[in-house]
Amino acid sequence: MTDTSQAAEIENDQETTIYDELPDAPPKKQLKLTWTGKLGVGVVAFWVIMVFIGPYIAPYDQAEILDMDSYLPPGAPIDGGGTHWLGSDKNERDILSRIMWGARMTVGISFVATLLAYLMGVTAGIAAAVKKGWTDMILSRINDAILSLPTIMLGLLIVVALGSSIPILIGTAAVIYASSVYRIARAYGQEIMVMDYVESAQARGETIWWIIFREVLPNAAMPLATDFGLRLVFVVLFISSLSFLGLGIQPPDADWGSMVRSNLEAMQFAEGWGVLAPIWPALAIASFTIAINLIVDDISAKSGGDLAKKMI
Amino acid sequence: MAELFEIDNLQIAFRKEDGTPVQIVKGVSFKVKAGQVVALIGESGSGKSTISLATMAYCRPGLHFPGGEVRLHGKDVLAMDPQDQRSIRGNKVAYLAQSAAATFNPAITIGEQVTEAAVLHGTLTQEEANKRAVDLYRALELPDPDRLGKRYPHQVSGGQLQRLMAAMALVSGPDLLVLDEPTTALDVTTQIEVLKAFKKVIKDEGSAAIYVTHDLAVVAQVADHIVVLYSGEIQEQGPTDQIINNPKHPYTKRLMAAVKPTPKAGMGEELDEEHQREIPNVEVKNMTAGYGGIVNGKPAITVLRDINVKIRNSHVVGVIGESGCGKSTLARVIAGLLPAAKGEVFLDGKKLEADLKNRSKQELQKLQFVYQMADTALNPRQVISDILGRPLEFYQGFTGTERREKVAELLRLVELPVEFENRYPSELSGGQKQRINMARALAANPEVMLCDEVTSALDSIVSSNVIKLLKKLRDATGVSFVFISHDLSTVGSFADEIVVLYAGRVVEQGPVDEVLAPPYHPYTRLLISSVPELRVGWLEETMQKREMAVGIARGVEITDTGCPFYNRCPIAIEGTCNVEIAPTREPHPDHFISCHRTMEEISEAENAPQQVLHGFEKAAPKGDKAAAAAL
Repeated sequence: MTDTSQAAEIENDQETTIYDELPDAPPKKQLKLTWTGKLGVGVVAFWVIMVFIGPYIAPYDQAEILDMDSYLPPGAPIDGGGTHWLGSDKNERDILSRIMWGARMTVGISFVATLLAYLMGVTAGIAAAVKKGWTDMILSRINDAILSLPTIMLGLLIVVALGSSIPILIGTAAVIYASSVYRIARAYGQEIMVMDYVESAQARGETIWWIIFREVLPNAAMPLATDFGLRLVFVVLFISSLSFLGLGIQPPDADWGSMVRSNLEAMQFAEGWGVLAPIWPALAIASFTIAINLIVDDISAKSGGDLAKKMI
Repeated sequence: MAELFEIDNLQIAFRKEDGTPVQIVKGVSFKVKAGQVVALIGESGSGKSTISLATMAYCRPGLHFPGGEVRLHGKDVLAMDPQDQRSIRGNKVAYLAQSAAATFNPAITIGEQVTEAAVLHGTLTQEEANKRAVDLYRALELPDPDRLGKRYPHQVSGGQLQRLMAAMALVSGPDLLVLDEPTTALDVTTQIEVLKAFKKVIKDEGSAAIYVTHDLAVVAQVADHIVVLYSGEIQEQGPTDQIINNPKHPYTKRLMAAVKPTPKAGMGEELDEEHQREIPNVEVKNMTAGYGGIVNGKPAITVLRDINVKIRNSHVVGVIGESGCGKSTLARVIAGLLPAAKGEVFLDGKKLEADLKNRSKQELQKLQFVYQMADTALNPRQVISDILGRPLEFYQGFTGTERREKVAELLRLVELPVEFENRYPSELSGGQKQRINMARALAANPEVMLCDEVTSALDSIVSSNVIKLLKKLRDATGVSFVFISHDLSTVGSFADEIVVLYAGRVVEQGPVDEVLAPPYHPYTRLLISSVPELRVGWLEETMQKREMAVGIARGVEITDTGCPFYNRCPIAIEGTCNVEIAPTREPHPDHFISCHRTMEEISEAENAPQQVLHGFEKAAPKGDKAAAAAL
């Protein structure tokens, strides 16, 4: 700025001079992902597409028995024509097709379960943060009780007692993970509840619903959304673990976790590259969960790292 | 021979997302000679803190140095390898951050933290460092220097912590001391004590210093040379005398114009009879408030005691006192955010419920609270039109186009462009956010606005603009204000009446012209004489005064009986002041002073300032004993 223009400003009235206060607000940051984040988005997008179109583009049905031999190596020809691109499993089914079908089960069920967990956890967590006192006390102690139980054990108990079906699986995963969502939602809620703008809304006479939906939730949304990705990973692993133990998705429905388990013996018995049979579904689980973690890491790094600390 | 320290054409920049470079510091050059104090002054965003960090070849993540040199003893520290740079930091160049409370680790003793840098760099052994630390405590006039090192940070006061930070920086005998706004967050009485200690220790140690601040009056006391910065460029630099008495650059002149006048009689506004009504707008009667459970009308921790305040229609009542005196609590009680333990609050003659939950919507509407920090007071996820529109809709039922028009009207009223309605708070500057903060209170169409330190977090130019705006708003709307501040000159320039709070009690109240003119309550006098004046040599002169010797460096004690100011008062009467509650005297109508001394005795004391009065000898040793007993 030149001397003359500044001098002119000073001559001017109040009206103009106030606008050249130096901005102390940082330029608005746009969320731009690094290459790892972009890779994560790509992989996740791939699996999400598979959820919708996987069964339609898969070369074979998930339950179709194709050959006489189990654990064929990748690239082995099929008797009726065609190729096992990733080999075949114990029951002579095509692994590639089953992974494509399994995306719907593993990713789809996990997503629904996480969504439910969020609905329960956030509702209870924000209620505890806003109402404080006895409401908070009761909800938090119930939550502590659930948190204190080992997740897999609790899941096993519920599934054994009620039988394994998809709704029960979803419900179990949702209840178990709602408790950790509750913790985060409550912590964020409490932090926001002591902000001056919330107090100002209270002093204005706003109802509790206004405070929850207009003051608290919009400010908790971003961190909770990031956490959603992370939580989804845990649910995928949880359902895969249950399936691995034989209590998750029941055959012949394909699910990545149960595929790992049922093909595990290939490590011992299969010949040649047929030993890779359990590796392919494991890779699918790994790729999906790692990809989500890459995105979450990227987002939380952008938001100053304090987000990452609060999670887990 | 090379200069001790030299910054030569320093440039600091960052890259935007799209790769275009943005310069924050645009070729700044200045020198610091041995034993010299150079002040960097400018508003926030002028790059002064960024430059001060660059003295250690450090810059915040994302920034880099595209050009220029920072030479210490002729060697460019920017070009050194990281290991050499590290050996300079905290050793040759020491940095004092603004907030001592955030600098000290609460879990480690003071002594350990003060000596850490020197021991780490191998400059001194632990024993030598401990000895030097004790010498520094003594030089900084800290209480009980021999045992101070064993204490934890929470066991000393804010002003003491600030001085301890200086000890921490000085312990390894740095060649250059960088002080980043070290007194900005302090009360005037604490500031003066810290300034005095800094000045003395810099002189004794013979080290050079860079002093970063936006307060010209402070600069005039400590600096030898002043560098004026605006937007990363030097506007003017020269010796302190020349800059203060004969500024050349228009920007420097503007900074000078924003310096607050010394509080004195005659700065108050004329009382406008037109708006006056019989019933005071807000009246607080015999109110006691505090925190913790209430037993028999007495809270566990009493913050305010027996407060009586009237806020008349269209008047501005300034509430002044040091931090912790209960200023904010008073506003919170009136607003109903903190229910009082005892006493009543009346609005237009009607008694208000203590808790705002039980107040009616109309009562809530009439009393609006404006928070100190606009950053936390505005919801970051709401655009300005929602922030301002909600109270309009909520209290007055404006919706749709009508609401939009009203929002635009409010924005014009607080002198902001109408286009701001679609912005989020994070897209505004600090001063602009504060305007929105006030506009939101105005949107409720209130009768009384309770402003809690609304200018304290702002730069001098911005805060003087905000004060001008407040005056305009009062004239335009007829709203009454409770204006809380620890800054006497700000209060004096805006208020009609002043309430002086000390340790939860009102010690003096009345019209501005009378409170700021003799006879003063001894505490008011201490406050007034602690406000830095914009002239060289003020600090030395003031420290000669008698009340400074007594009033400063004494802890505030909240007492149940007697006068709370007893241990800092130069004219205290032992056996009376510390035992009985002071009577309230009325030297003029509506001007009240709570003091055991009669007005004649007070005037007499004021006219003989150099004479050591009765009470002084007793007060000093008592304070030392108290400090020793606290250990």
